[in-house]
Amino acid sequence: MELIRKYPKLFQWLFLLSVFFTLCFAIDVPETYKFIRGQAEFVKDPNQSTYIFLGKEVRYFAFDNFWRLPPLLGWLPIWINDGLFFLLNEWMPMEFWNEDTQEFKTRPLVLQITRNITAFMTFLIEFIREILLGGVETIVAFSSWDWIDKNPWAELPGLPWTIVAAGATILSYKLSGKGLALFAGFTMVYISIFGQWKPSMQTLSFILVAAPLSFIFGLSLGIMAYKSKRVEKALYPILLVMQTMPQYAVLVPAMVLFGIGDHAAVIITMVVAIPPMILLTILGLRAVPPEVIEAGKMSGCNNWQLLFKVLIPTARRDILIGVNQVIMVCFSMAVIAAFIGAKGLGWNLLLALNQLNIGLALEAGLCISLIAILLDKMSLAWANKQEDYFGNLTFFQRHKNFIFFVGAVILGLILAYSGSFIFKDTFNYLFEIPHNKGISTAGFWNKGVDWIFDTFFVYIKAFNTWLITEVLQPMRGLYLRMPAVATLVLVIGAGYIIGGIRSAIVVGSLALFIAFSPWWDRALVTAYMATFGVIASMIIGVTVGTICVQNKITTNFMLGICDIFQTFPSFVYLIPVMMLFGITDTSVLIAVIVYATIPATRYTIEGLRGVPVALHDAATMSGVTKFQRLTKIEFPLAFPHMMLGLNQTIVFALFMVIIGAFIGTEDLGQYILKALSDKQGGGKGLTLGICVAFIGLIFDNLIRTWVDKRKKHLGID
Amino acid sequence: MRKLISLISAVLISAVSFVGIANSADSKKPIVIPTHNWSSQVVMAYVIGGIFESMGNNVKYVPADSQAVYESIRIGDVTISHEVWESAFGKSFTTALDKGGLLDWGDHEARTLEDMGYPNWVVDKGLCPGLPDWTALKSPDCAKNFVTPDSNGKGRMLEGPQTWHGDLIPQRIDALGLGDLWWVKFAGSADALWAELAAAKKEGRGTIIFNWTPNFTDGAGFTFIDFPPYTAGCRPEDGGDGKCGSPDGYLKKAVNADFPKTHPKAAAMFKKLSFSTGQIGAMAALVDVDKMTHEDAAKKWLADNKKVWQAFTK
Repeated sequence: MELIRKYPKLFQWLFLLSVFFTLCFAIDVPETYKFIRGQAEFVKDPNQSTYIFLGKEVRYFAFDNFWRLPPLLGWLPIWINDGLFFLLNEWMPMEFWNEDTQEFKTRPLVLQITRNITAFMTFLIEFIREILLGGVETIVAFSSWDWIDKNPWAELPGLPWTIVAAGATILSYKLSGKGLALFAGFTMVYISIFGQWKPSMQTLSFILVAAPLSFIFGLSLGIMAYKSKRVEKALYPILLVMQTMPQYAVLVPAMVLFGIGDHAAVIITMVVAIPPMILLTILGLRAVPPEVIEAGKMSGCNNWQLLFKVLIPTARRDILIGVNQVIMVCFSMAVIAAFIGAKGLGWNLLLALNQLNIGLALEAGLCISLIAILLDKMSLAWANKQEDYFGNLTFFQRHKNFIFFVGAVILGLILAYSGSFIFKDTFNYLFEIPHNKGISTAGFWNKGVDWIFDTFFVYIKAFNTWLITEVLQPMRGLYLRMPAVATLVLVIGAGYIIGGIRSAIVVGSLALFIAFSPWWDRALVTAYMATFGVIASMIIGVTVGTICVQNKITTNFMLGICDIFQTFPSFVYLIPVMMLFGITDTSVLIAVIVYATIPATRYTIEGLRGVPVALHDAATMSGVTKFQRLTKIEFPLAFPHMMLGLNQTIVFALFMVIIGAFIGTEDLGQYILKALSDKQGGGKGLTLGICVAFIGLIFDNLIRTWVDKRKKHLGID
Repeated sequence: MRKLISLISAVLISAVSFVGIANSADSKKPIVIPTHNWSSQVVMAYVIGGIFESMGNNVKYVPADSQAVYESIRIGDVTISHEVWESAFGKSFTTALDKGGLLDWGDHEARTLEDMGYPNWVVDKGLCPGLPDWTALKSPDCAKNFVTPDSNGKGRMLEGPQTWHGDLIPQRIDALGLGDLWWVKFAGSADALWAELAAAKKEGRGTIIFNWTPNFTDGAGFTFIDFPPYTAGCRPEDGGDGKCGSPDGYLKKAVNADFPKTHPKAAAMFKKLSFSTGQIGAMAALVDVDKMTHEDAAKKWLADNKKVWQAFTK
């Protein structure tokens, strides 16, 4: 009794677990049950049950309801899909004059609208692209294809790479100083001499459209949500789902609505990049102290001035993190966007991987990372730049950057022109180094992979066999052995113990949605892989973070590594991992761990850094050892922040498990991949994505609730 | 008044018909050609683009997913597709064909085969005596040479993504009574198949994977397993028992329904266009073997094979 009163939570957990295991043992595996590999699409099995809801027939294998719930939501994907199809193909057909066929054509309104929106996006992308690389589409937008055909001189020539490189360097110098200028120069020269100029500029041009648009939309939606409770309430659930939805699931609906090409890539990038921007804007504006707002009002600001001169500048820190997130997300989408038609580095990377040319893919991937970090640092420097109020500068001092740039342009033009004489018979390397005609270290990297293979393969194989037979297969078996009822009891019970009845209802309904979908088994496999990945990532991330944070240099070094890995396309290491570990779950999990360790490390470092220095001093004065300080003071205080890291780790792990479908998995991700060619693809892809998002949200809800309570308890915030 | 109206309408009609006549030449709007992620397709895209350009058309290339592209052609975002593989993309293709907006634009001379097979060293090393006849798979001694950690002691066959043909191969394995000895694992992408092939070669072990021809593996020595021959209706989806191999498949071309109206000449050329297995293999080899870029390979092929492609333009 004494014990129960002392640790009430502990006994609640024990009770919950005992109920869970009782259920697991009490409910037997039905004899007819087997893991369904494909969807019963062609073969009508007489053992299947069917029901019809809203005119849609749903077929499924029925089991005891305690074992697996029937797919009562099986009609949803079909319904979404038919709705989408109806909207795009049948709703409000209108006659549009078709210039090319010289006849009227019936086109549904929505299709016409989406195509008009995307035409504008395409124009923006092509405009930037053709400044950098040259081309005809911008001119065509103002004239016609016939006109350009007769006047080929009007084609834009594009800028020589030397000028763009010099421009980026000078701009970086102006924004931040020598360090960044050096980095910018290095990045640009690297891209160019490695022959990645054209694809890099293609990628850059679509990101230069996607990132500012995401920023503007995110900021304004965030401001609207801050001003109106109603908008916030409407936005919040969508934001939560979008934050945990794997990017890959957005592809199919986006493709159905907007077609393929760079414009569609911009749209899905925006869909993924806007939510974090909105959330951080709201967070920043909320944190503005009321005194500041009052001071603004007292000095007679109108609403507009209050917003732009008081609120936004004060909330700048969080908004800047939002910008950072937008840029990172945009670049992390560079490869996925290639699946629906984005030209550039992402596409080249996929092509190189198809030829198993890991070195070439690595070089393209590195370009993505370098440009991402450069843009990120430049935007941060720009936002942090202080206005220079000191007058008394000469004309030269005031305009020296501009003068240098003009000089660089002239020099670049001269170089490019002379280049046309020097390299008469080959390519004009001073104008643009053509794709794959630069230096390449691909051979070196490919040899490196071969060497690793030859040297370590025996050990890797032994380890792989052990891991699969002793750990992964049994773990997967256990997850699938859970009766649906037991899982639901566990989830709802955990919600109740952590957050009371409210949490219990939220997580319960999220779990029920998945249980009623046709993909419960698949979701269990996803959960098994994510669990393993998260546990391994947390162990590695917390250890590495704790070690690195002891020293300032290692801390910054580690954060830099995190930056690179977050933007470095994971597809690149999928291939060598596949060659070493085979087409197995191990390969998927290694990719998951590499990716999900990033937030685990980052949040550990930030959490430990955030412990107040005064506490350190106080601890040292009371004579604790370093180890005691770490375990008794730093860890407990940093724990809530590290739990947020866990939250992010789960989201990252889920993303990667889904991308693991490219290796070969049997989880929700494989079906998302399959949705690309399905008759009901759009609806299925979206519903599957929502299922994955809900798995993430269950953990998100539990962890956040716990962290809030813990923070109150510790007196932080 | 009535006279005036009839006069105006007469002028209008003649104007419209005049435009109609003037329009019988190809539109200058670019023809959008999709590129997918395997060499022969990309090179052929540039080859076809080059032929279109030689006829005075404008061309634009867009990277696209090989399954999703048919929906895009149907809606009009992409104009043509020049490699529709029966077994892999037949389903997506017919789905789009049924919805309307996409036209079947004839076959290539090349025939395709997509089935399970093995690299030739499997036979050289005697890992499974009796291949390529499928009955060799019935021997447990053969199956045990293909065991992997996750296959529960059965031999593993690596099938392509489930996207390509659903449960066809597992159904066939069960129907042929091989289910106790063999287990079919789905790879997630073509990349995964090539990675498995490369890894198996390095390790010197046997492997049975899904593959197709014409492909770059043709030159490296790859043999397909002889399953019982395909007959119409033998597959489970058509009501059959599933005890049959893959058919000799088509390699089709598809176009958007407006293409023949907007670009009549280009469409006529594209209808005539037909490549043989050897020609497709040669295009892929320029990239996969000679390590040229896709654009350069297409230029070289066009320069070397003027006779072949100029016949299509006439």
